[in-house]
Amino acid sequence: MKMIINIAMKEIKSFFVTPMGWIIIALITAAFGWNYFIGINNYFEVMSGAIRPAERVGVTIYVGQTVYGSASFLMLFAVPLLSMRLISEERRQQTLPFLFSAPISIIEIVLGKFFGLFAFLAIMVLYIFVMLSTLNIWADIDFGYLIANTFGLFLLVGSFAAIGIYFSSLTSQPIIAAILSFIFAVTLFILERYFASQPNHWFSYISLMKHFQTFSRGVISSKDIIYFILFISTFLVLTIRRLDADRLRG
Amino acid sequence: MTKTLKATNLTRRFGPNTAVNNVSFELSKGEVLGFLGPNGAGKSTTMRMLTGNLAPTEGQVEICGINIIEDPKLAKAKIGYLPEMRPLYKEFKVNEFLRIAAKLHNVPNKKINESIDIVMEKCGLTHMSNRLIENLSNGYQQRVGIAQAIIHNPDIVILDEPTVGLDPIQIREIRKLIKDMGKEHSVIISTHILPEVEIICDRVQIIDRGNLVFHGSIEDLKQQRRGNKLLVGMKKPPTLKKLQVLFDVVKLEKQDALLHVIQFNSSDIDVEAFIKASIKERWGLFQISPHITSLEDTFVQLTNQ
Repeated sequence: MKMIINIAMKEIKSFFVTPMGWIIIALITAAFGWNYFIGINNYFEVMSGAIRPAERVGVTIYVGQTVYGSASFLMLFAVPLLSMRLISEERRQQTLPFLFSAPISIIEIVLGKFFGLFAFLAIMVLYIFVMLSTLNIWADIDFGYLIANTFGLFLLVGSFAAIGIYFSSLTSQPIIAAILSFIFAVTLFILERYFASQPNHWFSYISLMKHFQTFSRGVISSKDIIYFILFISTFLVLTIRRLDADRLRG
Repeated sequence: MTKTLKATNLTRRFGPNTAVNNVSFELSKGEVLGFLGPNGAGKSTTMRMLTGNLAPTEGQVEICGINIIEDPKLAKAKIGYLPEMRPLYKEFKVNEFLRIAAKLHNVPNKKINESIDIVMEKCGLTHMSNRLIENLSNGYQQRVGIAQAIIHNPDIVILDEPTVGLDPIQIREIRKLIKDMGKEHSVIISTHILPEVEIICDRVQIIDRGNLVFHGSIEDLKQQRRGNKLLVGMKKPPTLKKLQVLFDVVKLEKQDALLHVIQFNSSDIDVEAFIKASIKERWGLFQISPHITSLEDTFVQLTNQ
């Protein structure tokens, strides 16, 4: 456990000693802020207009949908850029022996890297939560909705991160890792749209989007939590196996 | 002497190729072992197996009595390893990187600052502490590499070609550092610079195409070099036939007009008898010494290249 934290700390440090971490945080938070601003602006325009009372929604849901809808999409781009270096850069710089020779198991290495990236992404997820909570200053907002969305977004970025780490372990070229994990994540994310006519097809069922939608409606469902946890574990196990193969096959 | 490392029948195959074949050896505390061999002989592969970076196809590695395959964490804690490509996170400063190394090697939090100071002092890095590793020269980066290998005060330090690519002054400093380390730790270094082995190591191992071809102390290696030849300067040299009547001589080789190399059948040469004979027969002896083959020659002989 201590080692997982040590490795995670090392990864977080590495994000902040290179410009990459700062640039991504800056761009992403700026984009969230912009969406928040647009959301509030539109809310007053739309709700004060000729909308029937039955179709009116609260400010939390209206602004929340704008921000969280764009957040899941933005993270799709941000996570591969952050995850690409995690293992492939170590391969390229031949620094993996440093970790392999230390008294740490491969499981700890992979989990450490995963939680390092996850903690970094959590900064952005929590940022959205705090930003939306400021609505509470002049309105009575639905915190349950925010918490469900935050929780869902955590699980979603966790899944992106797990995909990112796996593809990063396959190659020694960070860019290739980024492209592969982006394509893979996009495919899984939008799979549901292409199978909209057959909602019970298994393609539709493995789509990340389908499971994220429950949370974005404000529902925390154990079925979807289990799906995401299984999803993340699968890719982490695949990564561990890939690294273990390095030791066995050479 | 306590044994710190024991490798038994280490074998590693990559598909049909055997990189290391049935290599066994031991290492005692306070000993510097030199690993010699031509390129691609299997030195690095052996080192990767010793440090748990590569699983052996067959055989065992024991670090202070702990099997590295069965109990990798405990065993790895006792090893410091510097691979040929030094594993440095170049985006960090020297002290930041050493702090990470200390943490990952289970150095207790209270002792981290102290051990960073000690290794920086040992490796002459103190004034580079706040520099980015990326901006350091090759030699200083190598020192950082050595520093990360000894930060947790391991029982065994394994250095793969530690002096490659350094300038002569740096090489001398690193060699001195390795010699000093040899007093407290067991050290294994691999190299293909032959004189280096004589300067630093207590024991030598020569590996060729995966097989251990020589294993012994530096004295043994010197003995091997002295061998069974005499370098003799004579003004009126005898013929080989005449020599063979008197001594058990195999070969008479002319080096220049007056100098000859005489190869005897055994290494136990009766030099005194040879001198007496030379006076009696009036060969005009003016110089006689053991003919030391160069280390290169010994190496070439042993590896049959």
